[in-house]
Amino acid sequence: MAAPTMDRPTADDTGAPAVQTLTVAKALNNGLRASMEANPKVIVMGEDVGKLGGVFRITDGLQKDFGEQRVLDTPLSESGIIGTAVGLAIRGYRPVCEIQFDGFIFPGFDQIVSQVAKLHYRTQGRLKLPMVIRVPFGGGIGAVEHHSESPESYFAHTAGLRVVSCSNPADAYWMIQQAIDCDDPVLFFEPKRRYYEKGEVDTTAAPGPLFRSRTLRTGRDVTVVTYGPMVRTSLEAAAAAEEEGRSLEVVDLRTLSPLDLAPVYESVRRTGRLVVVTEAPSESSISSEIAAKVQQECFYSLQAPVLRVTGFDTPYPPSKLEEEFLPDLDRVLHAVDRSLAW
Amino acid sequence: MSSPEKWTHPGPDAAPATAAKPTAEQVMAGLRATDEGGADLVQLLTPEGERVQHPDFDIDITAEELRGLYRDMVLVRRVDREANALQRKGQLGIWVPLLGQEAAQIGAGRAMRPEDMAFPSYREHGIAWTRGVKPTELLGIFRGTDNGTWDPVATRFHPYTIVIGNQVLNAAGYAMGQKFDGKVGDADGEATICFFGDGATSQGDVHEGFVWAAVYDAPLVFFCQNNQWAISEPTERQSRLPLYQRARGYGFPGIRVDGNDVLATLAVTRWALEECRQGNGPILIEAFTYRMDAHTTSDDPSRYRLSDELELWKLKDPIERVKVHLVKQQWADQAFFDSLEAEAEQIAIELRDYCVNLPDPPAGRIFSEVYAEANPALEAQRDEFLAYHAGFAGGEH
Repeated sequence: MAAPTMDRPTADDTGAPAVQTLTVAKALNNGLRASMEANPKVIVMGEDVGKLGGVFRITDGLQKDFGEQRVLDTPLSESGIIGTAVGLAIRGYRPVCEIQFDGFIFPGFDQIVSQVAKLHYRTQGRLKLPMVIRVPFGGGIGAVEHHSESPESYFAHTAGLRVVSCSNPADAYWMIQQAIDCDDPVLFFEPKRRYYEKGEVDTTAAPGPLFRSRTLRTGRDVTVVTYGPMVRTSLEAAAAAEEEGRSLEVVDLRTLSPLDLAPVYESVRRTGRLVVVTEAPSESSISSEIAAKVQQECFYSLQAPVLRVTGFDTPYPPSKLEEEFLPDLDRVLHAVDRSLAW
Repeated sequence: MSSPEKWTHPGPDAAPATAAKPTAEQVMAGLRATDEGGADLVQLLTPEGERVQHPDFDIDITAEELRGLYRDMVLVRRVDREANALQRKGQLGIWVPLLGQEAAQIGAGRAMRPEDMAFPSYREHGIAWTRGVKPTELLGIFRGTDNGTWDPVATRFHPYTIVIGNQVLNAAGYAMGQKFDGKVGDADGEATICFFGDGATSQGDVHEGFVWAAVYDAPLVFFCQNNQWAISEPTERQSRLPLYQRARGYGFPGIRVDGNDVLATLAVTRWALEECRQGNGPILIEAFTYRMDAHTTSDDPSRYRLSDELELWKLKDPIERVKVHLVKQQWADQAFFDSLEAEAEQIAIELRDYCVNLPDPPAGRIFSEVYAEANPALEAQRDEFLAYHAGFAGGEH
């Protein structure tokens, strides 16, 4: 880790430097800690999140510092984690639930869709559900079945939920705090294969709004829209394309529900070409939604059909095949070539 | 209280529990819902209106209190019958009758304190009554104008939950919150009560609720109204074991009470809530009762149960036995019954008037309160639809 320079401002009176180089995992941990310090109603609950600090150590040290009543090692019961969080939220708490792996969220799916998403609507605003459901998602870690999935579209399809995904340490630090502050339930998808990638986090800089996409790289020829673990892949593809004289614009969606596509429309009107990159399969997905909306809003600007680079429409394969399954730099560049050659 | 050890598995010659349609012999032999509830049933007022003693549960009840419970049950039944009739007249899309379960609900509801919290399923019109929810506030759900308009915070009566068993986990979480808030541990404590049926006991959420409430020592009373039928499926389809005995496996007490006995239900629920307030929760109560009407107005019980069964349960009517007792004790005179009948009629008239005059919600309601915070994309969709909708002004479609 790079040594912090001493002339920078400090974030608080603990003497911690305001700008630190952190992993995504540590940034999430610091963000959770900041929220828990700011609001005693924020509680963390999930399997193994206490003493162990979570299987990815995202909650490391929190139970030691905040106690067993604010960091709950729960029964091994995902519907229970979500269902009791609903009751706790009604009681005035702001629960942050950890689902250990993407593929284990489904026992809690009923509670998420039937109660979490609908109680505010059912009661016409009398009950609020300020809860966050953290989900480490995506593949690339050589895991067994159910540990590498990208189930975000199920939740984006459900009215009443908000769905976001961070791609870098600075967003991880701020977005988790903003999600906790949100009065709506938020599904928070964390790119697990990027947990240990580092980046600078400025804990004093005011963050932008949570539900906004962000253009990470400007370009002239093709727009690339992505989120979560595919952001880095797309940025690497853009760097490689530049060497071949092609200029890619890369937009990190950050919010999957509601979608913030204004920067995408603006970009596509300039480039005339769009490639959407996701790990999730393509059928009836976030990428389908983007393609539909862009053709509606940018019909006369498009010089090629919207192309998608995604996981295939299969179950997630055994891990020896995941390199073939997951979009990579070459597949992104291949789609860029096809778009430009249209 | 008996333990599961006393219970023995029915032998191979026992009648199959899976029979979709019981034989008359099964019914009369007590293998079906005509069962008296067994030796463990807590009862304080017999179907004949006799007060009986129970070694663990008793209740001091004044004439005024018993008249109050009787009034509650009569009025709630009148509301239920009126709403059922409103469905038959096409004024409600559907109704979920509580007929036969008045004592279970009034007993449990009147055991609660104002600061206690209740999580209902969708047949808890009697609990709603005890929480101060107006009967008219239930109608919109079944007329299709809203999803329930009462204030769940002010009444401490959660919205009706239609997905079977979901509310049990929500209640467990709420009760955990009461404990985390330091509201448990003495007589001034708070407790939560959660309502579900015999069918719900097969749902994972109910089992998970048992586990969570147990491991967090949550102040939660699980109140199972075993009305013997989950639409067309008898309780044997849900369990080999009497339902209250399941509690033992989770590590907390389970008690079966005569759910048609308002005094016993009140006594047992009061005790259970008090235990929870003191920090000795959770507790499971199985209220042994009977769904005397259909599952809903869309159901046809004649396809799956014998009328013999209903006739037998009519003899155990929850209201009639209290009336007999009131009369026998000379705790109520004819003027009381006459005035109650007039009051019930007045409530029915108000319910009817309210129902038939309940306006359809404006089209824009589709979009209201989906989110707590702004959602520009949804607002744009709403505006586009409302502009389209406005194009039909003048009645042209």
